[in-house]
Amino acid sequence: MSALALSPATGAVLKAEFTLFRREPGSIFWIMVFPTALFALLGSIPSFREVGESIPGLRLVDVYVPIAILTALLMACLQAMPPVITGYRERGILRRMSTTPVRPASVLSAQMALHGVAALVSAVLSVLVGKFVFDVALPEQFFGYVVALGLSVTAALSLGALLSAVSRTSKAANAVGAAAFFPMMFSAGLWMPVQTMPDALARTMELLPFGAAAQALGEAAAGDWPSWSHLGVLALWSVLLTAAATRWFRWE
Amino acid sequence: MPLIEVADLRKAYGGRPAVDGVSFTVEEGEIFGILGPNGAGKTTTVECVEGLRVPDSGRVRVAGLDPVADHDQVTRILGTQLQESELQAKLTVREALELYSAFYERPADWRALAERLGLTEKLTTRFAKLSGGQKQRLSIALALIGGPRVVVLDELTTGLDPRARRDTWQLIEEIRASGVTVLLVTHFMEEAQRLCDRIAVIDRGRVAALDTPSGLIRRASGSTVISFTPSRTLDPADLAGLPGTASISTDGRDGRLTVNGTDETVNAVITLLARHHITAHQLRVSDATLDDAFLDLTETDSAPSGTDLKGASA
Repeated sequence: MSALALSPATGAVLKAEFTLFRREPGSIFWIMVFPTALFALLGSIPSFREVGESIPGLRLVDVYVPIAILTALLMACLQAMPPVITGYRERGILRRMSTTPVRPASVLSAQMALHGVAALVSAVLSVLVGKFVFDVALPEQFFGYVVALGLSVTAALSLGALLSAVSRTSKAANAVGAAAFFPMMFSAGLWMPVQTMPDALARTMELLPFGAAAQALGEAAAGDWPSWSHLGVLALWSVLLTAAATRWFRWE
Repeated sequence: MPLIEVADLRKAYGGRPAVDGVSFTVEEGEIFGILGPNGAGKTTTVECVEGLRVPDSGRVRVAGLDPVADHDQVTRILGTQLQESELQAKLTVREALELYSAFYERPADWRALAERLGLTEKLTTRFAKLSGGQKQRLSIALALIGGPRVVVLDELTTGLDPRARRDTWQLIEEIRASGVTVLLVTHFMEEAQRLCDRIAVIDRGRVAALDTPSGLIRRASGSTVISFTPSRTLDPADLAGLPGTASISTDGRDGRLTVNGTDETVNAVITLLARHHITAHQLRVSDATLDDAFLDLTETDSAPSGTDLKGASA
């Protein structure tokens, strides 16, 4: 993304979009507060803090850290970002910008960077609350965790970009985002962690980006290098979704 | 060299031509108007000038540059105000001015611009909370912020109240006085007549006429309007035969006659009345407005200007 080599103009776009992002308390709550709050709520249930039979050697609260992180990613990239971008297109903001020396792509880059960073801040918050409130071990394979997280953010942003591309209005983006949110959250394991799913279901979920992400993060948390098949699934989805978003995106 | 040059521009959407062979040039320092009914192709034409659309054929140049191929350079010369374009709802006036300043290497001083456009009091107001007139003034400020040589203003005063419209007109005159060329798209006759040095009347994708406002009025048939209430009934057929008569209409309520013609027609009408010993009450002779000229110029294909005449003499 060449726009990330910050020229003064790109810097100004990023600054303005950051200012605007701070004025959206709804987005901030759902991305940065809600996932950790939900995690803390689930963690306060006694049975979540006991080692059960379903996942050998782990408590449910342990596997819910990656799920909270994926919730934040999906909130940012599926729920918050697409209505903003489609709204900018709908109201001629991108068109107006394309009559200046600055390319409107810089606004899209800024939006993706801001939502990606917000989700990562939320991820750090979930990990810290897990560590200090519920005594969840920090990821043992730290670098593998970072790689899995990076690929998850990329996949979520490219899915968000595709939603922004195919939705004509911000209303449509809201509807499509909500419709995509629940299956994606299911695959990430919000209702039933992928580790506890029946084999056939788990293997299907691992083919979806957020099922694979949940597995990769879980493996790295436990100290293993995340399996290449999970990382590969994430990378492949990122490439496909980005290509589709680029193919269908309209500036007006 | 003209600042803007458009030659035989064509652009179709889905096989239907929106712009069908438009040519005109805009000279440095003038206010050039593009006037036409809704859907005539005005906006498509200026969008090709702005580089937002790629013409199907024809040549468009801004200061010798191609708005599509040399887009980046053109954006530094040409400021735009787009029809129905907004800003981020929660962006304040000050933030918008600062943001757009940062887009240009040598921007104008945004504080001075805000002052000139009466936005100083509104600097901390968010875009969504501005009135229609304030939004338009901000969009003019943003069009000027890069220090352009020419600004394109598209339907700037649509939706404004008469007071705000007049204020905006004064602004446009000030912009030109400061040395910036103005390309103004409008469907308001009064606006075009008051502001423009030259006007291209666009109708159904073509230039129907290109002239100064007074030239357009003169060119239209029936540029002189004679109206009076005759002291007794007059056969419209007698008037129809007079030299230069373009159209005649009668107000059914008080029998007042309105004749559109030329200076020659004025003399002929007076002679005719004298010969019939008819007194003309409240006789008025006036120039037609651009409105009359516009209707005459844009309707020539579908409705010949003689319709009124035939109707009256039948």
